[in-house]
Amino acid sequence: MTAPHLPISETRIHEKLRILSDAAKYDVSCASSGSKRANHNKGLGDATGMGICHTYTEDGRCVSLLKLLLTNHCIFDCAYCVSRKSNDIKRAAFTIEEVIGLTINFYRRNYIEGLFLSSGIFKNADVTMERLVTIAKKLRTEHKFNGYIHLKTIPGASEELMQQAGLYADRLSVNIEMPTESALKSLAPDKNMNDILTPMSYLSESIVNYTAEKKVIKTSPAFAPAGQSTQMVIGATPETDKDILFTASSLYKNYGLKRVYYSGYVPISTDERMPGIGTPPPVIREHRLYQTDWLLRFYGFSVNEIVNDEHPLLDTDIDPKLSWALRNPAVFPVDINTADYSLILRVPGIGVSSAKKITAARRFGKLDAQQLSKIGVSMNRAKYFIICQGGSFVNIGLQPQLIRHHILSLSSGKFKSAHSPQLTLF
Amino acid sequence: MQIIYDGTFEGLLTAIFDIYERKFNGVKIFRKDKITALGLFENHEVHSDPDKAARVLRGLKKKLSASTLNNFYWCFLSELDGIEDHILSYARYALSSAQPVEQDYGNASVLEIAQVARKVGREKHRFEAFVRFQEINSNFYYAAIDPDHNVLPLIIPHFRRRYPAQDWLIYDTRRHYGIHYDSQTEQTHEAIMDFDAASNRGQSTCIAIDTDEAHYQSLWKHYFKHVNIPARRNMKLHLQHVPKRYWKYLVEKQ
Repeated sequence: MTAPHLPISETRIHEKLRILSDAAKYDVSCASSGSKRANHNKGLGDATGMGICHTYTEDGRCVSLLKLLLTNHCIFDCAYCVSRKSNDIKRAAFTIEEVIGLTINFYRRNYIEGLFLSSGIFKNADVTMERLVTIAKKLRTEHKFNGYIHLKTIPGASEELMQQAGLYADRLSVNIEMPTESALKSLAPDKNMNDILTPMSYLSESIVNYTAEKKVIKTSPAFAPAGQSTQMVIGATPETDKDILFTASSLYKNYGLKRVYYSGYVPISTDERMPGIGTPPPVIREHRLYQTDWLLRFYGFSVNEIVNDEHPLLDTDIDPKLSWALRNPAVFPVDINTADYSLILRVPGIGVSSAKKITAARRFGKLDAQQLSKIGVSMNRAKYFIICQGGSFVNIGLQPQLIRHHILSLSSGKFKSAHSPQLTLF
Repeated sequence: MQIIYDGTFEGLLTAIFDIYERKFNGVKIFRKDKITALGLFENHEVHSDPDKAARVLRGLKKKLSASTLNNFYWCFLSELDGIEDHILSYARYALSSAQPVEQDYGNASVLEIAQVARKVGREKHRFEAFVRFQEINSNFYYAAIDPDHNVLPLIIPHFRRRYPAQDWLIYDTRRHYGIHYDSQTEQTHEAIMDFDAASNRGQSTCIAIDTDEAHYQSLWKHYFKHVNIPARRNMKLHLQHVPKRYWKYLVEKQ
């Protein structure tokens, strides 16, 4: 970087940073965890620990990685994307050295965990991908950078480039973009599901193969040690939560993804196939989808227990676990002092760490309501579904409608004030 | 009875030794610099003794796992009022019980120690995130922190792993000490400096010696502003994650 303190170059790089972070921010993944890249060369950085959010923006999202597009020039015309070809916006492109300079200097000051680099597609997939790989390679080899690197895999890029990307990056991702093939077809004329699933499946195989090899030969290189993830845009097209979650669940199952991200559509276009500018992003729906995602990955629920033909939409007023519990009153009440861990985990208001504490602590004596509360159980929800020492202490019985009403009227509703215009829609 | 110790972990362990040896009952343990009502009660002043501390530690190791002893240390660093009494009460419970007690979260002190250790752990994690270095000289980086709990010793290993080739100093402006890492010798040592806290909070003396420093701070602020999505503004969540008390040394919140 040349003479960065000169005002003229300062405005230029500021402008690029504005345009290319602005365009990258709709990619929601910001995970920096799960890698095993130790600082073995007295270089810069270390990616062995848990993920770190260095700060949070005013929308409450974690800032862990320097999230940039290399360029927002793009030959594709995806209706939901701010960088689409037909959009009349200012275009910019970083040089390779600029991206490296920002990454290194931000990292040295402890602003970030690493780099999340994506790009608009210029010329073709391979040329674009090659440039992304070069940046990762230079960071690793010339700058001894051991921080976290997340590279976007450009659909249609060659297997050799993906291979190289996997050797330098900690995580790779291909975005599925839309929950169904028909939605993708209608909004992204240049893309098709196959272009997306092919690299996803290539990456998933490579990750499995390299991991197996590394078990036998310790010195063999790691391939995307933090795995692969994907994201889909929510609320731009009329899919139900069932469509979305069934797709997510099959991605977890078939491609071994670490994460599926749900990105509530923020209207950026006057295209009448999608919600217009000014429509609030579906933040509550997005939140409920993430809650369900957690239920699938950590709470032992299968997807059709939460959404099915009878209930294709998640309840936005209450969380999906409570919703499931109210539909299945026969499971309750659960006796905290005798029930299996897996059943305790299904009680609304009890999370993984409380459930673990309960099963450990009850061996020393029966637990009462006060102890449960101290352990961290959210009793305002749990109390309708459990029996503990001192008996069952709610006498309205298990009447789902009544419980729902009680819980809703007592809760302050964390979304009510923040996004009230949206709530009136439901 | 009030047991008064010098504010070191060794002193606290010596206090436990004294309490057992002299069969004190109905005690409350205080740090010397925190004591307010000297003379109202009967006092016993502890003299830190490495041998006594080591004997207590050996005794506790027979009953408690390394992670619980670690929790004791983290709780001690919390500097919360009354935490010493919980450590004592937990130690007494463990030493007197024939069974292992570590999972008995129905016991008030066992739960308290687990929860306070978690709280300290949370702040440790936060400061691994919130430390903001400024490059003062070529390859010398300085950061000021002001954490609720004394987490500086806990975050050092993290920064050693991360920045082995940089020289750096992290300074706690509330407790008036810092830890300096020298990349040549790969050693850390404690640094006491005399910053005038009122005039510069240990920060402004150092800034803007290097012009690149101001440049990167300005780029970071710029990035922080533009990566935000205004349509999703949620200040409540923002403040929950970045409470105001941490703002003063965060470049992006200036």
